[in-house]
Amino acid sequence: MAISPRSLHTVAAAALLGLGLSVSTPSQALPISECIAPADPGGGWDFTCRSVGKLLYDLDLVDNPVKVVNMPGGVGAVAFSNVAGKRADDSDLIVATSTVGITQIAQGRYPGGVDTMRWLGMLGTDVGVVLVDDDSPYQSLDGLLEAMVDDPSSVVMAGSSGVGGWDHIRALMLAEAAGLPDDQIGSVRWVQFDGGGPAVTQMMGGHVDAVSTDLGEIAGFIKSGDVRVLAVLADKPLAPPFEDLPTAVSQGYDVTGYNWRGFYTGGDVSDADYQSMVDTLKTLYDSPEWKQVAERNGLVPLWRGGDEFNTFVRDTADKVESISREIGVIQ
Amino acid sequence: MDILGFLLHGFAVALEPQNLFLALIGCAVGTLIGALPGLGPVNGVALLIPLAFNFGLSPTAALILLVSVYYGTMYGGRISSIVLNIPGDEPAMMTTLDGYPMALKGRGGEALGLSAVASFVGATVATIGLTLFAPLLVGFAIRFGPAEYFALFMLAFATIGGVTSGSFTKSLLAACLGLLLGTVGLDPASGVSRYTFGWYELYDGIDFIAALVGLFAISECLLFLEDRHQTTGASRELGSAIPGMRRAGACKATIARGSLIGFIAGVLPGAGASLGSFLSYTLEKRWLGRQGDFGNGDPRGVAAPEAGNNAAAGGALIPMLSLGIPGSGTTAILLALLLSMNITPGPLLFDQQPDMVWGLVAALFIGNVMLLVLNVPLVGLFARVLRAPSWLLMPVVILVAFVGVYSLNNSPFDLYVMLAFGVLGYGLRKLHMPAVPVVLGLLLGGEMEFNLRRALAISGGDWSILVGSGISVGIYAFAATLMVAGLVYAWWVRRTPDAG
Repeated sequence: MAISPRSLHTVAAAALLGLGLSVSTPSQALPISECIAPADPGGGWDFTCRSVGKLLYDLDLVDNPVKVVNMPGGVGAVAFSNVAGKRADDSDLIVATSTVGITQIAQGRYPGGVDTMRWLGMLGTDVGVVLVDDDSPYQSLDGLLEAMVDDPSSVVMAGSSGVGGWDHIRALMLAEAAGLPDDQIGSVRWVQFDGGGPAVTQMMGGHVDAVSTDLGEIAGFIKSGDVRVLAVLADKPLAPPFEDLPTAVSQGYDVTGYNWRGFYTGGDVSDADYQSMVDTLKTLYDSPEWKQVAERNGLVPLWRGGDEFNTFVRDTADKVESISREIGVIQ
Repeated sequence: MDILGFLLHGFAVALEPQNLFLALIGCAVGTLIGALPGLGPVNGVALLIPLAFNFGLSPTAALILLVSVYYGTMYGGRISSIVLNIPGDEPAMMTTLDGYPMALKGRGGEALGLSAVASFVGATVATIGLTLFAPLLVGFAIRFGPAEYFALFMLAFATIGGVTSGSFTKSLLAACLGLLLGTVGLDPASGVSRYTFGWYELYDGIDFIAALVGLFAISECLLFLEDRHQTTGASRELGSAIPGMRRAGACKATIARGSLIGFIAGVLPGAGASLGSFLSYTLEKRWLGRQGDFGNGDPRGVAAPEAGNNAAAGGALIPMLSLGIPGSGTTAILLALLLSMNITPGPLLFDQQPDMVWGLVAALFIGNVMLLVLNVPLVGLFARVLRAPSWLLMPVVILVAFVGVYSLNNSPFDLYVMLAFGVLGYGLRKLHMPAVPVVLGLLLGGEMEFNLRRALAISGGDWSILVGSGISVGIYAFAATLMVAGLVYAWWVRRTPDAG
């Protein structure tokens, strides 16, 4: 291997630093000095900020350690409103978000829409999964979905999000693909628990029939053989040890449901600063260190950045909004 | 290997010098954090997670450190409950009811000593239970669905009249006020916001710690301002802790019952240490009936909740380790730590990570002994706090309250919540309404509603699901028995005036 992108970047950083010292222009300093995790310590957004923040510094992509600020409240709405109101042009700031945040925006629960912010990129993703207990009568995704189409209220599904949350929407996207009419989609019973683990435990106790959630949350149960995975919502089979799990696509249902982790920044950040932040995150994504961190935490490394990511966020929000209308979560 | 073999292996892990040292640090830091009002087990454990990462600790060592902090906060929480009438953390709330009256009578040292022993026994019972029953209890906990949890919360509220010595009607009103305040925030099933008035800070509901500190600490300061000419508590003697420890023998039945109840409450995910100490206290009060002098400094009123909340803290580790379900905020953070260290708690953890699980169990036994020993000198230290005159103590309380509550979310909004609840607490005291049921309504109301909604979502709106299993019917029957017994007892006391 000749010169890795990482060492190239280090050289660039050193050059930039030298330049900064001689002409002393703060705006030329490397971006990203603070990451807001819009949740309490310990959650997924907190992890996104802390792991990416640490890696940015370890890889010399930033001059100083990235400060992580926890700003919980309103499933991210407090942080969103704070950035929109006070720090819309702060080019040193990134905010962690995920599909959950976009769902909230699409359902009008944030003070502003998708265009309020600039979407930097996603670095990795968790994958949706639909599973049943190992002694469940449903042997395949076809069996479960047929039962749902026959009598939508006969199946009780559970997950870690509320009605209209991402886990629920993903399950309904499958039911829709199986031919459940729009006007009946609201009669599928949905129960929210405090996470994928509790939902699976309740399923093992016989209280609910099937669970739709993120693979990362319940991987332990798959390894122990207590549950049967009917479908993973990825466009192609996963990497080992999950390579044998069938995708919904392979069973004839064109549904994917990723829960990605990524970042946004304020809406008034200049194009140049925005591009430089996207580039920094891309460099981080390309490093082998990020791949390691992601895989260790049950994430599939996946990059979408800049304009492509902006479009992707907008599409997701539109899709969520239309299903939310069908099930009556928004009017 | 059988359980004994595993445990001996665990002690070999826990007795490594580094792990032993971490347990000691964790216990001391935990006691301090627990004693500071506003800083509870959740904050304590969260504060130390970055430390564990920075020192590059192994998962086992990190877990030993953090669980020692967890157990330490359970010990520490009672100190400010007894000395200042301010619970150091949520589960220590019940300890104020008899602990503070004891301190007012100059028996604070005794209360601290007694509660240290009760905590020790409760935690030890839970740790033994964790060792023996973890796999068995996993099977039992699975049978608790939303309907069964709802029944459990009904039991908690059926016994609410037993919390305070005041009028039953006022307790009930206060509990309803708490339940009402508990509905603030996002609706659990549909995500629609309720009573938030456009404040995103209220989306997650009223911050429980901010409300608690307001109700207890700020209202205390307001009352003090009102009668500042009085010098109550200015030169109160604390006494030594040693006689309290000796007197623990007299309360051994109370401690045993409290430990058992607390342990069961802890094992059930979502119930946790607060419910454990609450049920231990109220059931003990019912059990003893007129033999007790609860609310006026009965030592058993200190022993029962302390045994209960420490046992519940240990019990809560069972669903966390064996199911990956956090039973409380603190175990949720511990769970996050394990996940970020690439360890997935779940049914297989005991097989895959025997070193970690059994090392942790052994560390709990060792930490428990350390905490008991540490507490003797700490009682002397807190005696000095008590001797400080109120005009000096109150500003410190306010300072600690503001700093502690602000540090929760780094949000000034929580300070406003705290102040509002301070005024509310002041009003309640003026009306002779107890504040504890308000807090319980606020604390338990959300989960209670959530489980009712879940149960009805499962049944498609059919209410009969609530009595659809033997477990829930049994719990309702138990709650009804307690209520009837309470009413009969009240009637009996009225009929024989000489008895009261």
